[in-house]
Amino acid sequence: MKRSLPSLIGHYLVLCAIGLICVFPFWWTFVTAISTEGNIFAFPPTFWPKAPAFDNFVEAFRVIPIWSFFKNSILITFWTVFWKLLLCSLAAYPLARMQFHGRKLVFGLILATMVMPSEVNFLVNFITVTKLSLVDSYTGVILPNIITAVSILLLKQAFEEVPQDLIDAARVDGAKEWTIFWRIVLPLIRPWLATVGILATVEAWNDYIWPFIVMSKPDEFPLSVGVLYLSGTYGSSTRVIAAGTVLTILPMLAVFLSTQRFFMRGMDGAVK
Amino acid sequence: MAALEIKNIVKHYDNGVPVIKGIDLEIADGEFMVFVGPSGCGKSTLLRMIAGLEQITGGELLIDGKLANNIPPSERGLAMVFQSYALYPHMSVHENMAFALKLAGKKRAEIDAAVQKAAQILQIEHLLQRKPKDLSGGQRQRVAIGRAIVRKPQLFLFDEPLSNLDASLRVQMRVELSRLHQELKTTMIYVTHDQVEAMTLGDRIVVFNGGHIEQVGTPLELYNRPGNMFVAGFLGSPKMNFLAAEVASGNAEQAELTLAGGTMLRAQVDASSLTAGGAATLGVRAEHVSVATAGAPNSVPATVGHVEHLGDVSIIYAQVEGVSEMLAVKAAGGAAYKAGDAIAILMPAEHCHVFDGTGKACRKL
Repeated sequence: MKRSLPSLIGHYLVLCAIGLICVFPFWWTFVTAISTEGNIFAFPPTFWPKAPAFDNFVEAFRVIPIWSFFKNSILITFWTVFWKLLLCSLAAYPLARMQFHGRKLVFGLILATMVMPSEVNFLVNFITVTKLSLVDSYTGVILPNIITAVSILLLKQAFEEVPQDLIDAARVDGAKEWTIFWRIVLPLIRPWLATVGILATVEAWNDYIWPFIVMSKPDEFPLSVGVLYLSGTYGSSTRVIAAGTVLTILPMLAVFLSTQRFFMRGMDGAVK
Repeated sequence: MAALEIKNIVKHYDNGVPVIKGIDLEIADGEFMVFVGPSGCGKSTLLRMIAGLEQITGGELLIDGKLANNIPPSERGLAMVFQSYALYPHMSVHENMAFALKLAGKKRAEIDAAVQKAAQILQIEHLLQRKPKDLSGGQRQRVAIGRAIVRKPQLFLFDEPLSNLDASLRVQMRVELSRLHQELKTTMIYVTHDQVEAMTLGDRIVVFNGGHIEQVGTPLELYNRPGNMFVAGFLGSPKMNFLAAEVASGNAEQAELTLAGGTMLRAQVDASSLTAGGAATLGVRAEHVSVATAGAPNSVPATVGHVEHLGDVSIIYAQVEGVSEMLAVKAAGGAAYKAGDAIAILMPAEHCHVFDGTGKACRKL
């Protein structure tokens, strides 16, 4: 259907407005981090850096062990994503492709957890982690985040899209259930795995409250928590805090932009 | 090679709906058996039960005399070719064909030799490194068949394998499948809803309808001596002409039937089971009737509805008084008839079939 010009202009104006609202916080943080002069809280806010320099970034690197935090974040993110992909796939496959009593009930219970805000789980998770003596360990940070209903839901849908004939062909070829899962079905849902992986990476990288609750030794903080140090040390220097925040965001921005292709492909299937 | 015996096999789905209602069938070693029938008749379900992909609710399945009801698909010594080809998209043609042998723990040299040999038979050696997405429909079908061949199965199962191909490729693949059967001499079961495939490929044909077998026989047996109206109507193109009639008289040598318009027709069948005054149906194939002069014996007056010119033949569709469906008449190519022409259709008594009130055929003489 061909749109009329006024309708097209209106359409783009709305899209531009939404885009600006989404981008503004990032841009403002970036401008604050890179500027060395001017009033941060001026209204209307400054949209262009004044006397741009990297002084705030240098200061952030000087005050806190950013490289160490960075390494900790990579470690936590890698293992969270690894276990999430493995365990959520293993949970989603039988829900999608196997017939057993209570299948719908199990899936319903998993979905029911989506209605609860994650903060509700903090208390229970903290008690569990404490009882398991996992406080102050990365396992304690990772464990509650490796199974999520959204990931299971996405992967279940992915498994359901694999044609039954392929599974039947593999069965006739002599493949047992694990071989079918590992060698036939899992490679076929790679775009979906990439989608879940990217979402999990961003989530794990940006996770702030839970690692802050579990970890107490500053040396072992991930980047998101470590940047908070700047707030303590440089309570008045919002520019240095903004520089630390930009450093936290940049890796995720790079990950998202470089993997956007897979991400969008995975999402294609989600709406078919 | 394997012989197959099916004894009173039944299949119900979880909701209790019966799909296969007690089937008995024997398939000989090396035979090419075709299952044919309309959509939803249970032919594919039975094939999947033979493959082990569907649970058997009741009855026995014997492969080479051994009860196979609970044997896993991979241990039944069979290979299956699917309608969708079911090639693993992430594997190359070579990997697709080698997959079953790898799982069976064969040595690499042995696998390569088997794949090469199958590829040679199917002339797909140049495609071995390609992925399925880079192949045409016909090439994919060959790979699917190749994947089945490498396993050297005792039994080949084909589930409508040519349905996704265009008409010319289907004819070519049909010939190749026939050649393959002659070469391998392996038992093959082939499911199709295409009666031309059934007639041209099968040593024997099983006609399914509503979860049971209507008739089993060689293609010509089924074509010339259909056991009932369903089989008579299902095989043959155009389908057999049926004319509702009343039995005037019947004996062991012939039947005399009166059409709704009052025309009397004779058929050479054993009509001793028919009773005068009872309802019956006269059936005759389009290729067995012809246009005759008005008033010729055993003919009916009709009006031409429309004519299809197929080049070598013309098919005349004509309306007979008191008959709801138009009758098809195969005439020589370029037949000069047009809609509205009054004609007479000659129905030779030796080619006429008679079906009783329940649809069962009277024995042809």
